[in-house]
Amino acid sequence: MQWHKIYGLSLRHIYLIRGSFPRILDLIYWPSIQVFLWGFISKFFTISSSYYNNTIGVILTAAILYDFLFRSSISYNMMFLEEIWSRNFTNLFISPIKIKEIIAALTLTAILRTLIGLIPAALIAIPLFKVSIFVIGFPLIFLLIALYIFGVTLGLLVTAGLIRFGPSFENIAWASLFFLAPLGCIYYPIEILPNWLQILAKILPLVHIFEEMRNILINNVVNLSEIIKAISISFIYFLIGVSIFYWSYYGARVRGTLINMGE
Amino acid sequence: MKIVVQNLYKIFKKNYAVKNLNLTIEKNKTLGLLGPNGCGKTTSIGMMLGLIKPTSGKIIIDDIDVESTHRNLLLSRMNFASPYVELPKKLTVRENLEIYSRLYGLKKLKSRIEEISEDLNLTKFLEKKTGELSSGQKNRVSLAKSLINKPELLFLDEPTASLDPDIGDFIRSYLEKYKKNNSITILLASHNMNEVERLSDSVIMMREGEVIDKGTCKDLIKRHGRNNLEETFLKLARGAKSAVA
Repeated sequence: MQWHKIYGLSLRHIYLIRGSFPRILDLIYWPSIQVFLWGFISKFFTISSSYYNNTIGVILTAAILYDFLFRSSISYNMMFLEEIWSRNFTNLFISPIKIKEIIAALTLTAILRTLIGLIPAALIAIPLFKVSIFVIGFPLIFLLIALYIFGVTLGLLVTAGLIRFGPSFENIAWASLFFLAPLGCIYYPIEILPNWLQILAKILPLVHIFEEMRNILINNVVNLSEIIKAISISFIYFLIGVSIFYWSYYGARVRGTLINMGE
Repeated sequence: MKIVVQNLYKIFKKNYAVKNLNLTIEKNKTLGLLGPNGCGKTTSIGMMLGLIKPTSGKIIIDDIDVESTHRNLLLSRMNFASPYVELPKKLTVRENLEIYSRLYGLKKLKSRIEEISEDLNLTKFLEKKTGELSSGQKNRVSLAKSLINKPELLFLDEPTASLDPDIGDFIRSYLEKYKKNNSITILLASHNMNEVERLSDSVIMMREGEVIDKGTCKDLIKRHGRNNLEETFLKLARGAKSAVA
């Protein structure tokens, strides 16, 4: 890995964000809207539900964490789509940057885009709804790491699809996360799912992340093994994502789609 | 850099995009690649750049097989420009050149950006967004990017397509001067016969993925009994069989 190349490619996306106020606004806008929406919903639930009545903010915290996952995945996809939209794809792939350096640059830069959205949203929730995701404490960092790795993995898979099938795969980029959301048990405990779906859900890191989040917020207990499980599962998916990305890249070279790929 | 292409084939869904391409470009020479649209020029360049995997055959650049794991060593000494490949429009010219300087691992990137910008009359546009430039200016920026790493091997795919005659001539004159002052091998794919005659040491004519003739411009014109390269191109592109092929 050559860091100056990773830095060079990251810089391309940093300049893009820095040079456009609407882009920054867009990054902040949607997570903030989520906070307002789920803030009011969770306020209603805490008043009306016996399950949530002593745990103000469980739903809103889940919404913020889910948005973090969503943004990290979308950020990854967006950065790749930017290369396609700007017809810069060929220039990038004929420069002496390795695939693993491209993955590293996009992974590192996606965190910046994600945090630009997450931090204002998390801060808004404190005065508006008296909900702070920071009450999770130190484990929050590990939950965010697990979410980020999985978010980037989803981004990698969609990106692999873009390389394999071309820009027409773009719509899948937007739909990919909604497909997994019901199985992720983001807003409800896993017991809500039918037994056969619970088995499927457990092979996703999301269940472990959000179950642990509820465990900490409701029971004030940290289950370290669940956190380790969540990070490990996310990492396994990440390795699968990287392999699929390489496989797609190889396939694109065979089909000749890397040259002149654009809108 | 020297390129040797041996028995190169590319088949897309049972169609031959490139059929048994053999060519050699000696170090510091310019080869013109001619042929009608869809004849396999861009596919051939794509394979030499390592963007397209050949179905069979070999591409050896300075004794390194393009398909080997050492491709990155070659890429840092090569570059490519085409009007169909652009740079990020929302970034300034300076930002784009800086990013590519970093990707190519340049050490003195600031002075290199200044130097190439002066050479190509881009200094006053450096802080402008690339998307706001005219097509002639964009073309020069694209050329600046392709020369930023002082490549020893340059692939040019229709470098003056859709440019007015004045800017087209500026680019051709610049390339002539650059060739004279630098050690560079060029593969030039173009539909502009004047350009090819001016810049190329030899040419290859392709049709339907195959080489149908090759030689110096003078040889080709003479062999086919025409007055200039354009007439020769038309004769070959429309199907006359070559003496060599």
